[in-house]
Amino acid sequence: MRPLSVVVRTGCDIFAWFLVIFGASIIIHGDVTPGGGFQGGAVVATFISLLLVAYGGKKVLSWVRLNIFNSLLVFGLMLFFLLGIMGFPNSFFYNFLAIPHEVVQASGHGVIPPSGTIALMDIAVGIEVAGGLSLIVLSMFRGIRIFREGLMEEELGHDR
Amino acid sequence: MIGNAPFFVVGVLFLMGLLGIFMTKNLIKIAIAVSILGSSVNIFLVALGYRTGGTIPVHFLAGEGSTMVMPTPQAMTLTAIVIALATTALLLSLIMLVWRHYGTIDVDEIRRLRG
Amino acid sequence: MNWNEHLPALILIIPLFGAFIAPVCSLGGKTARNILLVAISFLTLIVAFMLWRHVLANGISYYVMGGDKFNLSLPSGMALPVRIILEVDAFSAFMALCGAIVSFAGALFSVNYMNRFTGMGRFVSLYCLLTAGMIGMMVTGDIFNFFIFIEISSIASFGLIAFWRDKPTAIEASFKYALISQVGSMFILIAAGALYGRYNMLNMAAIGSVLKMGSMEKLVLVFLVGSLAMKCGTFPMHMWLPDAYAEAPTGVTCLLVAVSQASLYGLMRVCFSIYGATMGSSFIPWMLIVFGLASMFFGVSMAVVQHEIKRLMGYHSVSQVGYMLLGLGVGLLVLDDARAMADYGFTAIKGGVFHIFNYTMYKALLFLTAGAIYYATGKKDLNEMGGLARRMPYTTFMFVIAAAAISGLPPFNGFVSKLLIYESSFAVHPFLAVVALVTSVLTLASFVKVFQTAFLGPEKSSLAKVQEVPAAMLIGMVVLTAAILGASLFPSWTLSTLVEPAARALVDQSGYIGAILGGGM
Repeated sequence: MRPLSVVVRTGCDIFAWFLVIFGASIIIHGDVTPGGGFQGGAVVATFISLLLVAYGGKKVLSWVRLNIFNSLLVFGLMLFFLLGIMGFPNSFFYNFLAIPHEVVQASGHGVIPPSGTIALMDIAVGIEVAGGLSLIVLSMFRGIRIFREGLMEEELGHDR
Repeated sequence: MIGNAPFFVVGVLFLMGLLGIFMTKNLIKIAIAVSILGSSVNIFLVALGYRTGGTIPVHFLAGEGSTMVMPTPQAMTLTAIVIALATTALLLSLIMLVWRHYGTIDVDEIRRLRG
Repeated sequence: MNWNEHLPALILIIPLFGAFIAPVCSLGGKTARNILLVAISFLTLIVAFMLWRHVLANGISYYVMGGDKFNLSLPSGMALPVRIILEVDAFSAFMALCGAIVSFAGALFSVNYMNRFTGMGRFVSLYCLLTAGMIGMMVTGDIFNFFIFIEISSIASFGLIAFWRDKPTAIEASFKYALISQVGSMFILIAAGALYGRYNMLNMAAIGSVLKMGSMEKLVLVFLVGSLAMKCGTFPMHMWLPDAYAEAPTGVTCLLVAVSQASLYGLMRVCFSIYGATMGSSFIPWMLIVFGLASMFFGVSMAVVQHEIKRLMGYHSVSQVGYMLLGLGVGLLVLDDARAMADYGFTAIKGGVFHIFNYTMYKALLFLTAGAIYYATGKKDLNEMGGLARRMPYTTFMFVIAAAAISGLPPFNGFVSKLLIYESSFAVHPFLAVVALVTSVLTLASFVKVFQTAFLGPEKSSLAKVQEVPAAMLIGMVVLTAAILGASLFPSWTLSTLVEPAARALVDQSGYIGAILGGGM
């Protein structure tokens, strides 16, 4: 893909960052509003695809390193996993931070009890999905570039 | 009668997806048909969850009404959407590799595995 | 805390942990990654074994994800099970044990076999994910989670089948499998949604307790049976199976055998535990029997003309799945007839369940020997091989054992399970037993052909430099050989400890339902 005109690039410069903020907001409020980790993460990952469209693959691939997204993916997954394990004396995925409804009402701070680990899990999933979807978009884009230029990484020692 | 309208839509979309998978020759169109099939199933699940006159499924804000829209089918739909996304990405990547190897995305010309 | 109570969750946690940590671990180099792969599958095997022991000793064990207690299946004031519930009876534990053994053998085999290739971090990740999906299908007690796990295992297997992405045929096989299994999974999801709309719950045991046959339930049953029979590769829907098995890396093919058995497990769970005696008509059992006969006969008749070794074995998989469908279909046919059940029905179910174990072991071993031949010679075509017995004595020995077991030669375990199926299906109609016998003879003929062309005969000049495969691959094969020999040398012990509790649990619908609905009250 070639870079688009300066109008598109400027628009992308201004608005792409808002998508990240918007996605983060969806992730953080995942436990009380519609949305959550996956949806917010998908919105955050749009940032990379916007950059790809506006600036073209050559530039974007030279700006980012795929390992960053890979580590985001693994970090999110491990965080999620850890939160699941921490409920263990009771059961896997047990919500060990939740406060019962009665206690919340007696304290006089609203009626909806805090969601406990669900909010944290939303954040973990959000990080994971943002990393994973960006990785998918970038890898597929790399795939297009590879086969347009006729390069394909050779598998070592593999016969066809 | 009008309450059943979503289910008719589901049936039509499902048949369209199946027809698309079995009748079209273009791999990209087949991938689109798989997505349509998945969407029709998702509409089916969402339509199942609706209860007439139901309120939001939050226990503390439900008010006087006793019926709530069931949240389980919505959770199921979200899960199915995530899975459909992964599958679509995989199918498209495979189509890219098919194009790379065969130089075509016509089903009839991709026949190295036979018998 | 008592670890025994958490075993159903641990058996899912361990392979998932392996899948998540693999990208990090592969930064530490080749050795760390290989150790991770083998260690994760070995731990899964140990947990599966402990789970099996626990279930045999204490009855059905179930586990509530995220509950206040692991066993609180009905929270206070609820009449329905609401959370994600894992339910493990003797049949599930038996299947999980089979799957874990095969996964361990495949992991050991892959360590050397995949040594030459790049991208192994992803391979380890997907392999662990495939194991997790397979075991999840076997331990879940919830029809929607069954769909989730079936999708996890299918997506992992699409990636693994197309792992050699510079091989056009692998991409084609993977695409074919992806397409067919997506259509199948959508049917499963529609069926799950329809059951939810009807009964407002997703738990298999709870649905089974209230199910009444109507037109909706019939439709659901047909959708589930059709798509799951497709996933385990029965005759009219088998075309993806030989392609996928032949083109996947061999360690993966070995695991795919177990994954197709997980689909068979789902089919049996739907037929026996959800519907059970309420099915009321003999249409579905006869359909299973006819599917079984057709896949047996046509599978083997397509196999004898093949000359590519893994493809040939793929067609034999189609034919072997027919035996299990025949045995379990005969059992389902007489489910509500107590006399016929005691007379021959239970024998048929025992035969079917024992054949699942045997098939998983010897078919995985056959694929591993085929992979070993490919690793050593670099050839797939039978016509280009010859005289390998002198060069690869251990592989030859293990191939002979597996081939004898699959053809049902008397001292081996394949004979025992086939005999049980013959004598029970004979009681329904002699024709069924005749088809099964003919299939067995053709299987023997086909494997004699493979043995004769590949291992005996004059040595080809192109194969003069062939050596025996490395030790880790041999150990992977030895694991499966030991399982086959154990089941062959102690058939009565195997039948009474391994098979009979599983068969009894499969038939016992009220026990399966009561464990969930009776426990938390």
